[in-house]
Amino acid sequence: MKEKKQLKPNQFKYLNESTTSLKSYTSNNKIRREFWQGNYAVAEGAITAGCRFYAGYPITPSSEIFHQLSSMLPKVGGACLQMEDEIASIGAIIGASWTGAKAMTATSGPGFSLMQENIGYAIMTETPCVIVNVMRAGPSTGQATLTGAGDIYQARYGSHCGDFEIIALCASTVSEAYSLTIESFNLAELYRVPVIFLLEEHIGHLIETVTIPAKPQIAHRKRPKRKNEPVFGVSTAGELVPPMPNLGEGYKLLITGSTHDEFGWRQTRDGEVHRKLVSRLAQKILINKDKIIKLERNKPKNAKIGIISYGSASRVANEALSRLEKANRNKVANLRLITLWPFPDEQIEDFVKGLKHVIVPEYNFGLLARELERFRYLGIEIHKISQIGGGEPILPKQILEELEVYL
Amino acid sequence: MEHLHPNDDYLRLLHKFCPGCGNGIILHTLIRSLKSYIAASEGVKSQEVKPESARPKKSKKSKKQKFENPLDRFIFLSGIGCSGWIVSPHLDADTFHTTHGRSIAVATGVKVANPDLMVIVISGDGDLASIGGNHLIHAARRNVELFCILVNNFNFGMTGGQCGPTTFHDAITSTTPFGNFEYPFNVAEVVAAAGATYSARWTVRHVLQLEKSFERALQRSENGFAFIEVLSPCTTQFEKRNYNTEDPELLFDLFKTNSINIKDRDKYTSKELEDKFILGVFGDREVEGLTKTIGNIKSRACAHKKHNSIGGEK
Repeated sequence: MKEKKQLKPNQFKYLNESTTSLKSYTSNNKIRREFWQGNYAVAEGAITAGCRFYAGYPITPSSEIFHQLSSMLPKVGGACLQMEDEIASIGAIIGASWTGAKAMTATSGPGFSLMQENIGYAIMTETPCVIVNVMRAGPSTGQATLTGAGDIYQARYGSHCGDFEIIALCASTVSEAYSLTIESFNLAELYRVPVIFLLEEHIGHLIETVTIPAKPQIAHRKRPKRKNEPVFGVSTAGELVPPMPNLGEGYKLLITGSTHDEFGWRQTRDGEVHRKLVSRLAQKILINKDKIIKLERNKPKNAKIGIISYGSASRVANEALSRLEKANRNKVANLRLITLWPFPDEQIEDFVKGLKHVIVPEYNFGLLARELERFRYLGIEIHKISQIGGGEPILPKQILEELEVYL
Repeated sequence: MEHLHPNDDYLRLLHKFCPGCGNGIILHTLIRSLKSYIAASEGVKSQEVKPESARPKKSKKSKKQKFENPLDRFIFLSGIGCSGWIVSPHLDADTFHTTHGRSIAVATGVKVANPDLMVIVISGDGDLASIGGNHLIHAARRNVELFCILVNNFNFGMTGGQCGPTTFHDAITSTTPFGNFEYPFNVAEVVAAAGATYSARWTVRHVLQLEKSFERALQRSENGFAFIEVLSPCTTQFEKRNYNTEDPELLFDLFKTNSINIKDRDKYTSKELEDKFILGVFGDREVEGLTKTIGNIKSRACAHKKHNSIGGEK
C-alpha cells in the first residue's frame, strides 16, 4: 500500500492566514513582497483599508475572501457574519456602514444579481460600502468555477431602477486585488457611494507575487460638525458629498430610499426635489471623474493600432506587445482601464484620436467593445477578441494574429 | 412649546393613517413602553452606581457608548408599507426606512456593528412575513438582539388590499375576489419555533397587555430576538371588502370576542380554534444572543493570535 503523502502546513502558507496577515496591518512601513492568492489579497486589502464588518453568503469563486475575513476580522475587533442570502448580506453591510464601520461583502454574478435592489438603496441613501464581485461564466449559474467578465454591465446598470452613476474598478493582477480593494474603500468613503470591485475568477484564484506598498493611503468619511447639518444634500460647505453621521449619535436621522430632501424627509410627489436629489447623486461622481478614473496608457508616436482592455485580458495584451517589442515592431498603442465606471470618455477619446483600428480582447461577447462603438465617429474600427467558457484564456497568439492583419 | 399630547416629546409630527387604523395605537403604545423602559433602566443605573464605584473596576476596556438623550440609543427600522410609516418619519429618533422586506437584514448589520444600540424593527405582515420571511426566520434562529414588531392587518394595505401570507382562508381581497384559496401563516408560532428569545401575539384591542408585552420584549431584546405580532384592523381595504363597512369598531369587537389566550388553547377543539385569534406569549426562553456569541468568538480569535505569535506547536 502506498504511503499517504503528508502535507506540511507551511507548504500552503499563501492560503494560511496565520503567516502574514497580522503583520500587514500592524507594521506596514516597508514595501513587502508576498506570495498571495487574488481573493486572499482582497481580504488583506480590506483589513488594511479599515474594513471591520463583513456579511456574506458562500459563492464560488469568491468564497476565499469570506474564509479569510472570518478568521481575520474577529482578531481586529470586527465582525464577520454569514447571512441567509446575498440580499441580507448587502442589507447588513448597509446597516453596519451607518454605525460608522467600513463594511464589505463579496460575491459572484448570481449573488450580485440578488444584491441589486440594495445597491440602489445604498446609492439613494448614500451609504459607503464595497461590493466585491469575482466574476464567473454566466448567464445564470453558468460555469461556476470558471472565469468570465460578463458582469461589467450588471455593475453599471444593476439597481432598482432610475438614473444613477456608479464607481466600479477592475483588477488585473493580485497586487491590484490588494491595492484596488483599499482604493474601493477610499472611494466609497470619499463619495459616500457603494463601490463595486470586479475581479475575474482568473485573478481571484491566481496565486502570484504581490508587492505591498508601504503605508497605503486610507480615506475616512467626513463627519458632520453640527447637529443641524444636512446629511442628504449639498453640505453647508457647498460640497456635493454631504458629511455622514452615525446612528445613535443623536442626529435623529431619517434614512430612506424614497425621494427625500436634504434632511431625509420623504418628498415622494415633488418633482423638483427628485430632480435635485438624483442629479446631485450623479453629479457628485461625474464632476470628480478625473480624480476617480485610473488607467494605464502607452501610445507610441504614429501608432495606428491600439488595444483597449481591462482585467486579465490586459495581461495577455501586454504579453503580445512585449513579443512585438522584442521584434522591434511595437507601434501599437495600449490602454488598460482600471476604472470601468464612470466610463473614461475623455481619456478614451484622447487615446483613440489618430488610431485606425482598436482591438478589444474580453472575456465576454464584447461588452466594452459595445461601449467603445460610441467613438466610431473618430474614424476607428473596433475588432473584438472574445473568449468565453471553459476557463480558457485568450492567447497572446490570438492578439498577435489580429494585430498582424493591420500592422 | 406647548405639548398637546403626552407623547408629543417623542414625535416629529402627527400621523396621517386612515381612520380606524391600528398603527396609531401601536405607535403610542410603543412610545409608552419605551418611556417606562427608559425610566426603569435609568432607575437601575442610579441604583447601580454606588456599589460599582465602591468596587475596583473589573475591566479597563468598558468602552460603552454614551448617549446624550436616552432615546438616542434606540434605532428604529422599518420596511415598505403602511406599517413602515409608523416610526419613520413620525418618531423623533434615528429612523431607517429600508427596502421592502429587508429591515431585519439591515437591523442585523446595525446591531452587530454597534451592540450598544437598541434596535427596533417595526413593519407589516407583507414586509416581514412575505418578502422578508426568510430574514425573519433567520433572525430568530441566530437570535440577534432585536425587538421586532410585526403589524398584521391581514392584507397588503398600501398597495390596494391584495392577499398576503396572513390573509384568512376565504377572505375577499383585491387579488382573491372569490375568496382566498390559501391558508394563513401563524407567524408568532413560526418565530418561536425558529428559536427566538421571546415571541408573542396581541391585538390593538388589548392595549394594556400589548404595552406590557412591549416592555417585556424590550427587556428580552437585550439578550435575543424578541418578536411581537400585533393584529390590527385595515378598515379601508380589508374590512371594507369583507365586512362591507369601514367602521373600526367592528374588527375591534371581533378582536375582543374571538380572541382566546394561548393558555386556554387546550379547552377548545381544533374546529373551534379555526376562527379564533390565539393571543399571548408563544415563547419566552433564555438563549445567548448573537452579539454575545460574536464577542465570545472575538476573545477566542485573539487568544489564537497570541498562541501563533509564540509560535509553538502543541
